[in-house]
Amino acid sequence: MELTPEEKAALNGEHGETLQTAYRILVATGEATNAERLVPIKWAHLSGVNYNTIGDSGEEFLKELSKDARVKVKATVNPMGIDFDHISKFSHIDDEFIQKQASIRDSYIRMGVEPTFSCTPYDIFDLPEKNTQVSFAESNAAIFANSLGGLKTNKESAFSALASAITGKSPYSDLRKDDITTPMTIRMKMDNPSELDFGMLGFFAGKVGDTSVNISGVSKPNRRSCKALCGGMGTSGTCAKFQFVDDEDEKSEKVDFGKEEMNEVFDELNTAEKGDLITLGSPQLGLEELSDLSKMIKGRSFKKRCMIFCSRSVQNQARNLDYTNEIERAGGEILSDCCTCLTPLIDTSETDSVTTNSIKGAYYLKNSTGVDVNLKPLSKIIEDETK
Amino acid sequence: MSKIIVQGKAQGMILKTTSPINFLGAVDKKSGVIRDKKYDIYEKSIKDTILVFPHGIGSSVGAYTIYSLKSHKSAPLAMICQKADLTVASGCALANIPMIVVSNEEFNSLRDGNQITIDTSTEKIFN
Repeated sequence: MELTPEEKAALNGEHGETLQTAYRILVATGEATNAERLVPIKWAHLSGVNYNTIGDSGEEFLKELSKDARVKVKATVNPMGIDFDHISKFSHIDDEFIQKQASIRDSYIRMGVEPTFSCTPYDIFDLPEKNTQVSFAESNAAIFANSLGGLKTNKESAFSALASAITGKSPYSDLRKDDITTPMTIRMKMDNPSELDFGMLGFFAGKVGDTSVNISGVSKPNRRSCKALCGGMGTSGTCAKFQFVDDEDEKSEKVDFGKEEMNEVFDELNTAEKGDLITLGSPQLGLEELSDLSKMIKGRSFKKRCMIFCSRSVQNQARNLDYTNEIERAGGEILSDCCTCLTPLIDTSETDSVTTNSIKGAYYLKNSTGVDVNLKPLSKIIEDETK
Repeated sequence: MSKIIVQGKAQGMILKTTSPINFLGAVDKKSGVIRDKKYDIYEKSIKDTILVFPHGIGSSVGAYTIYSLKSHKSAPLAMICQKADLTVASGCALANIPMIVVSNEEFNSLRDGNQITIDTSTEKIFN
């Protein structure tokens, strides 16, 4: 990879250890993706915020780094493990977790990030103009940005996005380029798909697709379904972009997603017939989804605990618009700055199984939290789990 | 043709798997033991090995797992992959773990349990 004299100097440590580390990461990821050079980026979205996942060494690394590292471009951050406003309701979370999570939060804030603590930055901010280079580590956000937002990012790692935030640059490779080849078309064969079906389609596409896939047989999914598709796809593989196509490209390989393929995904992730509690949100719900939920739940009540995850910014907007009243009256618990995936708020000593409509959530509930999962679309959750 | 992603030297025994590795889910971030039953190297430790695997998959936070392994002195001595991915490349770059991408032919020739010496500064990387 060709570096400018300025970039070379930084790599050689002439501008300090922090920038040297950042450039070392960019050179390694640049070599890994056959990049010829670095390009400026306008926005970095960072993962590696939850103490549950990055642990003590991650917490110490960020504390040390934040002594002098400052972000050079707009930077937003993924969810933490917990919602500090509601932590007293979760007595199984110990003080050490709370203190380490606070330290991680403070390190990011010291570096100058916007304290969004959200996996859905596209629900919080207006997106920059088409073809803008960004650097998103959260997979559902990277896929959304590339596929529905018209932006350009690779499926960044926690460190490559952090290095991009500090330098304002990313390697020019793969999905950042204009000439992307998409050798596979997934043919959606299911009629009237729910958001759960879209999540399963995404999970399947992520497994069989490489960097980018075409999807045919889909007409204008709503935002909830689009987010479910992005979430599912980001969970299972390396694919970071899809495009809906009308006419199937003759040259591309065709793979069907029908009843059989869907059942296979369902059987892999659905391991329980019912859940001890319900979670909504992974990805975190947007304003439109909270508005829909408040209408669907009108006059009804949840029969069991229902945790609803959305970003702080969306929660504040929903409060101003009174969407939260109906949801909270029905017994829904609105939580922010964290999400279904990898949150320790679900107490596994009391919970064996969780009902959710999220494929991404299901994967992490099963594989990381260690509980069984009962998958249902939102409409069925309202039908079965409320009265 | 081998491609050097992170430079360095290492000497040790090959631990090889044909499964792509999800560092966040599958590897214990303190001990380096493989915790996921789906892997053919389940319950083995990647600590102080020359880890040979196709490529990384899964969460972007897996890069922190690689860094955590290094901090707990449980990291592999080097990693050899068939395909480079950003999570493994950036994790190795920060943790200073030599990382090399090799051709399918070279990948197939690397045998589990064999001793190997790696030096990215010499023309012949593997000995």
